[in-house]
Amino acid sequence: MNALLRLLLRDLAMLLPGGRRGGSLLPFLFFLAVAMLFPFAVGPDAPLLARTGGGVIWVAALLAAILPLDRLVAPDLELGTFDQLALRGVSEEAAMAMRLIAHWLSFAPLLLLATLPAAALLGLEGEIMRIVLLGLLAGTPGLAALGLMISALTAGLRVGAALTGLLLIPLAVPILIFGAGALSQPDGAGLALCGALSLVLVAVAPFAAGAAVRAAREG
Amino acid sequence: MQTVPKLAAHQLACRRGDRILFRGLDLSLAGGEALYLSGPNGIGKTSLLRILAGLMRPYAGSVAREGTIGMVDGRPALDPQAPLGTALSFWARLDGGAASDEKLAMLGLSDLLDVPVRYLSTGQTKRAALARLLAQDAQIWLLDEPLNGLDVQGVALVETLVAQHCAAGGIALVASHQPIALPTSTTLAIVEYVA
Repeated sequence: MNALLRLLLRDLAMLLPGGRRGGSLLPFLFFLAVAMLFPFAVGPDAPLLARTGGGVIWVAALLAAILPLDRLVAPDLELGTFDQLALRGVSEEAAMAMRLIAHWLSFAPLLLLATLPAAALLGLEGEIMRIVLLGLLAGTPGLAALGLMISALTAGLRVGAALTGLLLIPLAVPILIFGAGALSQPDGAGLALCGALSLVLVAVAPFAAGAAVRAAREG
Repeated sequence: MQTVPKLAAHQLACRRGDRILFRGLDLSLAGGEALYLSGPNGIGKTSLLRILAGLMRPYAGSVAREGTIGMVDGRPALDPQAPLGTALSFWARLDGGAASDEKLAMLGLSDLLDVPVRYLSTGQTKRAALARLLAQDAQIWLLDEPLNGLDVQGVALVETLVAQHCAAGGIALVASHQPIALPTSTTLAIVEYVA
């Protein structure tokens, strides 16, 4: 347990904003940029913006979740970090579970924070903003889990960020449907399903990502 | 040291892609012994070390290990962006110890602890990987080309470290294309086992 805690602290030191692997503010800024672009493209139609704004925030969040993926697992595979961990009896699954927590902490809280200025830009009302925030809170763990699985699967390949993004988008559609769908049917069912999806993905991700890393090691 | 380390392999075979690299390889090492793996590039030295470490599955055969394993290969496993001291202390803490100043001074790393790992030269990075190995206090050393990038003093240092390790009852396997003086002059030529 002690080893896992140390691993988590190291991962956080790398991934958090201002961390060693850098670039963690990028999803935050990218998210704001997308939310800012939309009113420019649609025009100053306040009712339209208020009606579609929640969905725009969801799409922006999904796109922003793609950004950190290419540096999430691949560098450690190249450095042999997972080999050294395996020699010390730390399984890939455990390492991936810690990476998942660190990954979520590094982008989701900032994204939730950025939702406030983005909602102001889009002119969202308090009730809608509450549903968007709750939806993102329920959905981002699932996005993080999907992202981790995809970046672990593609870590051994030399393909870069484009493929990870292309893979994440279709797989994230269910989260998007339930999370953004909660905006038009505010009875809480969408949020509950979004959270349920997230829980399943979070439960599966360490094992799937761990298996992918081990396959890359043994191959 | 806790237990007496032992490392044995029985009828090992290794496959990469659809090529069998070697087969029928036996070896047995007890505490205090060192083994030199020789062979040209691509013969399977790294694969053999990784199989012995348990990082790769053998195509056939079995490996019996008793004791903790430390490995140094071409990849330092030290965060390039982190200062050397931070990167080393991560592993040292994970191993339940601390990088001792004495060992760092012996490896010539004392003045480099504030330098990010990515600014280190090839030889310095190799020395850093050796520092990680020393702090681990493992019983079985698997060294894959440990002399790459090291200067003459560095080579002598590795020879001294391996000799000390074996004198303390440890096992060392060294794969290298450069000559290295080991405490016991057993050589395993993988060429003899090529399928």
